[in-house]
Amino acid sequence: MAVAVKLPTVLRSHADGQASVSVEGATIGDVFADLVGRFPGLRANLLADDGGLHKFVNVYVNDDDIRYLDQLETKLADGDEITILPAVAGGA
Amino acid sequence: MNALRLTAEQHRVIVGHCLDGLPDEACGLLLGPLEFGVPTGLVSTVRPCRNADASARTYTVEPRDMLQAMRAAEASGTEIIGVWHSHTHTTAYPSETDVRQAVDPQWCYPIVSLRDGDAVMRAYRIVDGEIHEVPIDLVR
Repeated sequence: MAVAVKLPTVLRSHADGQASVSVEGATIGDVFADLVGRFPGLRANLLADDGGLHKFVNVYVNDDDIRYLDQLETKLADGDEITILPAVAGGA
Repeated sequence: MNALRLTAEQHRVIVGHCLDGLPDEACGLLLGPLEFGVPTGLVSTVRPCRNADASARTYTVEPRDMLQAMRAAEASGTEIIGVWHSHTHTTAYPSETDVRQAVDPQWCYPIVSLRDGDAVMRAYRIVDGEIHEVPIDLVR
């Protein structure tokens, strides 16, 4: 099953400059495994050392944040759009 | 980017959003074109966002606002090229937190200080932990 993964500008250099990558997988975890298999430079940006989702990344399936779904176990349907976003934060 | 180019109206929207956010910090995203993969400094859209922290000391761009901005950028053939935020108690200079959490070395980081009453805006790039000021050109 193919889904589209949209990448923010800061991660595209790890994916041959592509803004959107077509990836195979039935869950977000499968998709990430395929993605980091093809683009190993993405791993440290997407996944924590324990294999969970990196805390500075937000991942949406269509309009839903996977932290409020089943995280990396979130199931996907054909044609779903996955968007990876950096957490943007700071402050004085 | 040699300079961040804002229209007077965009400048007004940014400062207005920062004032509206008081006493908390406010934040928002800049959209603009890239040339050879690098922001030109031209700003096509300023998008006020919610501060998910609702704090006077920190900000986090509400992720859903970030998602909408990324979609708007894609629809208009632009990219997110920076994030602005306010400093309510300090000068318009990046804090240690700002430097540590800077997302993208290509982005521009305008900071609006409201410490002294009148708003003071300065802009920066943050590359490998180093702060480089970017001039702000007000354009028509």
